[in-house]
Parts: sequence; C-alpha cells; structure tokens
Amino acid sequence: MNLSEKYDLSVVKWFTIMSSVYLVVGTLIGVYIASELAFPYLNDLGTDLPYFQFGRLRPLHTNAVIFAFGGSALMATAFYIVQRTNQVRLWSNKMAWFTFWSWNTVIVLAVITLPLGLTQSKEYAELEWPIDILITLSWASYLYNFIMTIHIRDRNKVPHVYVANWFFLGMMVMVTYLHVVNSLSIPVDWFKSYSIFSGVQDAMIQWWWGHNAVGFFLTAGFLGMMYYFVPKQAERPIYSYRLSVIHFWALMFGYVWLGAHHLQYTALPDWAGSLGATISLAMIIPSWGGALNGILTLSGAWDRLREDYILRFLIMSLAFYAMSTFEGPVMAAKNVNALSHYTDWTIGHVHSGALGWNIMVAAGALYHMIEKMYNVRLNQKLLATHFWIHTIGTVTYIVAMWVSGIMQGLMWRAYDEYGTLAYTFAESVSAMHPYYVMRASGGVLIFAGAVIMLINIVSTIRKSGSTQTANA
Amino acid sequence: MSNHNGKESLQVKFEKNIFAMYLFMALAVSLAGIVQIVPLFTNPEAVKDEVILADGTTQSLLWQRAEGQTLDDWKPGDGVRPNTPLEVAGRDIYQREGCFLCHSQMIRPFRDEKERYGHFSLAVESKYDHPFQWGSKRTGPDLARLGGKYSDEWHILHLRHPQALVPESVMPKYRFLDDAMVDGDEIAKHMKGLSKVGVPYTEADIASATQAVKGKTEMDAMVAYLQSLGTMIKFEDGVTYRE
Repeated sequence: MNLSEKYDLSVVKWFTIMSSVYLVVGTLIGVYIASELAFPYLNDLGTDLPYFQFGRLRPLHTNAVIFAFGGSALMATAFYIVQRTNQVRLWSNKMAWFTFWSWNTVIVLAVITLPLGLTQSKEYAELEWPIDILITLSWASYLYNFIMTIHIRDRNKVPHVYVANWFFLGMMVMVTYLHVVNSLSIPVDWFKSYSIFSGVQDAMIQWWWGHNAVGFFLTAGFLGMMYYFVPKQAERPIYSYRLSVIHFWALMFGYVWLGAHHLQYTALPDWAGSLGATISLAMIIPSWGGALNGILTLSGAWDRLREDYILRFLIMSLAFYAMSTFEGPVMAAKNVNALSHYTDWTIGHVHSGALGWNIMVAAGALYHMIEKMYNVRLNQKLLATHFWIHTIGTVTYIVAMWVSGIMQGLMWRAYDEYGTLAYTFAESVSAMHPYYVMRASGGVLIFAGAVIMLINIVSTIRKSGSTQTANA
Repeated sequence: MSNHNGKESLQVKFEKNIFAMYLFMALAVSLAGIVQIVPLFTNPEAVKDEVILADGTTQSLLWQRAEGQTLDDWKPGDGVRPNTPLEVAGRDIYQREGCFLCHSQMIRPFRDEKERYGHFSLAVESKYDHPFQWGSKRTGPDLARLGGKYSDEWHILHLRHPQALVPESVMPKYRFLDDAMVDGDEIAKHMKGLSKVGVPYTEADIASATQAVKGKTEMDAMVAYLQSLGTMIKFEDGVTYRE
C-alpha cells in the first residue's frame, strides 16, 4: 500500500509547501531590512510612507521566519512523524486542516497588521490580541490532535512512544504556557492592548517567553525533526536511547531558566540573572549530548555524506546546533555578556541558530518528506547548489555579525589617554557599515537558496504528477 | 527497557502512557517560572521604591501626589509618575514605530554607560511601563535618560531627517509624524486601559486627556515622550539606589 493511502498526508504536503514558500518570503524581508541598515534610503525610498521602515518590517521578518516558516515546518513534520512512528492515521484529519487554515490566517493577518504598526511591542510576540486568540486556538488544535493520535495507536504494535514525539509534545506544552502568559493584556480597542505586566516583571516574562520561543519552538521541536529524520535518512537507529532520554529531560527542565540571562546588569535583581547564566552554562552538556547523539548515528555510514545531500543538510545542521549551543552559554557568562549585550553579536548568535540549525534541519526534513510522500527523487544538482549557497551565506552572515558585534562592544567602552570616552556613538554606527553590507550579501545568498529550494520542490512535485497521469 | 529487577522505570511508564508523560512535562517546565518569576511579584525589593537619604530620612521614589494635584503639577525630579496624556500618545507612537528594536531604555551600572548615558536605570523607573521598553539592541544609542539633553527643536529636526544632524545615522525619517493629529478620545480610552492594568490615573487625569492633546501633532507627542525619559528621579550623591 502506498504511503498516501495509509496515512493522512495531504495536510502534511500543504504544510510542507507553505513552509518552503514562507522561507522565501521571510528571507526576502530579512535581506531588505538588513539592506536598510546598510543603506538607510531604502527605509522610505524617498517617500513619506512608514510601511517599509525598519521598525515596521523587522517584526514581520521575525514572525515570517519563526512562525510562518518554522511553524509550518513544525506542523508538517509533527503530523508526518506522529503518524509514521505510531503507525496510525491522524486522530482527526479535519482538525489538522483547521490547524492549517487558522495558522495560515494568522500569517496573513501578520502580513497586514505589522506594517500598519499594530503591535504589542513585545519581541517575537508582536501580534495584537485578536490574532493572539486565533494563535491559541490553532495551537490547541495542533496539540490536541497530536496527543490524541499517539493515544489511539495500537499498543500491541507500538507499545513505546518514539523519542521524536516527546520533543514535539514538550514543545507544544511549553509554547502554550509561554504564549498565553506573555500575551496577557487588556484591550483598549480591536487593534491596541496594554500588557498586564510592567517594568521588571514584564521584562522577565518577556524574556522567559523570548528565550523559550528559541528553546522550545526552535530547539525542542526541531530536535524532534532531528530524532526522526537523521536516523531515517541515514538508515541507522539513533546512536543512543539513553542519551536521548537525558537530552530530553535536561532540556525540558533546564531550558526554561535561561531567559534571565537576557537581563544581566539590568534592573532585574542580580540573583535572577546569575541563576539564568549558571544554568545556561550547564546546558552545554545536554545540548552537546544531543548533537553527538545525532551525528554519531552516522557511525559506519559516513560515506553516505558523499552523495546524499539531504543527509548533509541534516548533519551540517547538527554542527551548527553544537556551535550555537556553545556560543550561547559563553555569551551568557557575565563578563562576556557585559560586552556582547545590546550588540550585533546577539543578532549573529540568533542567526547561527536560525540559519545554521533551523533552516538546515528543516530543509533536510522537508526534502526527505517530499521524496517519500510523492515517491520521487529531487533534482540533485539543485539540492547541492542549495546546500553550498546556504552554507556560504550563513557563514558570511555570522562572521559579519561577530566582527561588528565585538567591535561595537569594544568601541562603546574604549577610553583615550585622557580618560574620556574614545568614540562617539555615531562613530560606532559608521564603523558598522562594511559589516552591514557583508551581512546583507550573506542574506542574498540565503534568499537565493530558499528560492532554489522552492523551485526544486514545486518542479519535482509537478513532474511526479505528470508521471502518475502517464502511468494511469 | 525495564530494570533488572523486572520493575518498569518511570521513563518506560511515560513512554507507554502519553498522558502521564504530558503531565510530567508540564510540571518540569513550570518549575523555573515559579522560582524565577513569582518572587518578582511577591518581593517588594524587586521594585524598590524607597531610598534612605544621607541624613537618614526615607524618601519615596514615587511621586507623592497631593489631593487635587494634576499631572501638570509634577516637576522634574519629583519622583516616578504616570505619563501625561501627550506622553501616552508619544509612547504609543514609540511602540507603533518599533523604536525599541534599535534603542534600549536600560542603562547598566558601568563606567562607560554612566558617562555616555547617565545614572544606571532603576526598576521603579519603568514601574508604569506596560509593556516595558528596555529593548535588547543598540543599533542607536540608549534613550533611558534622553529627556532634557536636547531641545525640542533639535528633536523635531532630527526626527524629520536624522542624517541632517547626524550624518552617520541609519535611522529612518519620521516626517509623517508632522501630518498626523493626536486623537484625544482615543488617548482617554488608552489611559483608561492603562489604569485597568495598574497605572494610578485619577478620573480627572483621564477627563483632561481630550483637552490636553487638542491640536497636537504626533510629532509633538513623540517629542513630549522623549523629553520625559529619565527625568523623573533626581539622583543624589551618597545615596544607595541599589544594593
């Protein structure tokens, strides 16, 4: 029996395609706002219009990449993995379609409201309250369908729930908490609300959300992809079951504490920031354990990296995962944070995770699913091109931000021989120009890679459709 | 995957019963929030609003408003107060335009930040900020103590065309603020919303909003907000503002 008859895959297919479309959109906006910082003229192109300014488009970029691209990839893979590993159809195919349409409505509303300046002004949680409610409903349907699908599995065939499902479920639970608590606000009209929290409490709650949007949405969920697609693509079992148990529970318990490291030396009580920094440091261990668990799954099959580009995406993503989970704790250390906070280094760190880890692991997963679901082989030349262009773009981006970030930090604190500040702030801004140009050019490569990915996926699907008709 | 003595480990039970695992996950991820966040609400030291002066007397950092006083009776340095209607309008624009994405409002206790921006920020200074505007990035300079540093005229010219005053700047132009008027009824509604979340506005404050912003442009509102930043507390030498 073919896969499409055995499982509910049409919703997975559409999430997969939309994820790839949103990657193109998200990286395009990213390139544009990166260029605005290099060439401020782009903010208004000589007009008096506010809609394309950095302050309005930046939230659209983050929302498009995290929630539109990342969210669709998470929903595609979760609905795929939960069916395959539990050997059962979705609990409700209809509910999965509700998740699809509501999630895409959220995205369309984001594209309309954010450029209009309708925002709660909380980073990564900008969308106003009516959209927040829709997000909650969409998310609840996703979670409920997922856990019920696991619940209705045949326990004789599948007694144990596979590890990828734990990671997805953990992500769904935590994101529910985070989204609901952080978005609590009092509406004054349909388009404006004020957070019920203020000042220091609001800062802590916002970064509890902010860091765990990264820690759960972009880490736990994407690790769920890793734990399924790496072994599948490598055709090897995961390296260590025990390591995955440790990785999972350490992540569930530990990640949640890290938000406070965004607020060191601020008006947040010192103990909270220090606690956040200490646990951040400890998180290196499970993170590297997890990365090794994935990479070592290739033991005895390393030669496959030579010709399998999908596997290359997956393994390269783990290298970046290891790199950014090392960089994160370093930046959380108080002395480093004093220099790195408020600088481009933070932006570089986020992007080493988002570009190196998230996009690569998701690309591997989406490509894998396309080949399985449509029973086709993708264009290998385009795969290879995407891999290299994306890797080079990512490295260009990260290096530019490392240099500019550290340079900013050093310039701001530099003193001359008379004991006065050596540089004005404006001097530090103009010193960034070459790195902002370099960053934008890295972004162009990543955007080009996303376009190649979409072309490869769409043209392969169309070809598969025509061969099927020809066969019939 | 069971223990040697034949009993199932907790992990194995979870793997068989997804709802049990779900509950345990929900518990595991809650702990940090309870330890880190709850004390910020319960411990008054988290938002310290009193200091002991050099002569041993205790002084509140919050504005002690006398019966019948309006927001206009406040003088710089009198203590932290809610924003005036015009400042509320300005702060709304600050949020709308995403200023916090490039400008922080949180000065850290370092020598270079003190010299560049001023005294380090206190928690109580953002007590009425729903939501907080500390920011996370300085593409432009910190604004926590911007108030009073430049004239109103400077701000207007700068917002219209930043590069005319600071050639290196990468800030967008905000000429469109000149053309938009502030809607008084809207601002009254916003102040009512803010009072619901805990900002101590009186009925009279809210009632005064329409009159207070009459004929004002968004540019006026923005400048009023910027000029208020960091001016509420008068810092004195020899006083411990933070342990």
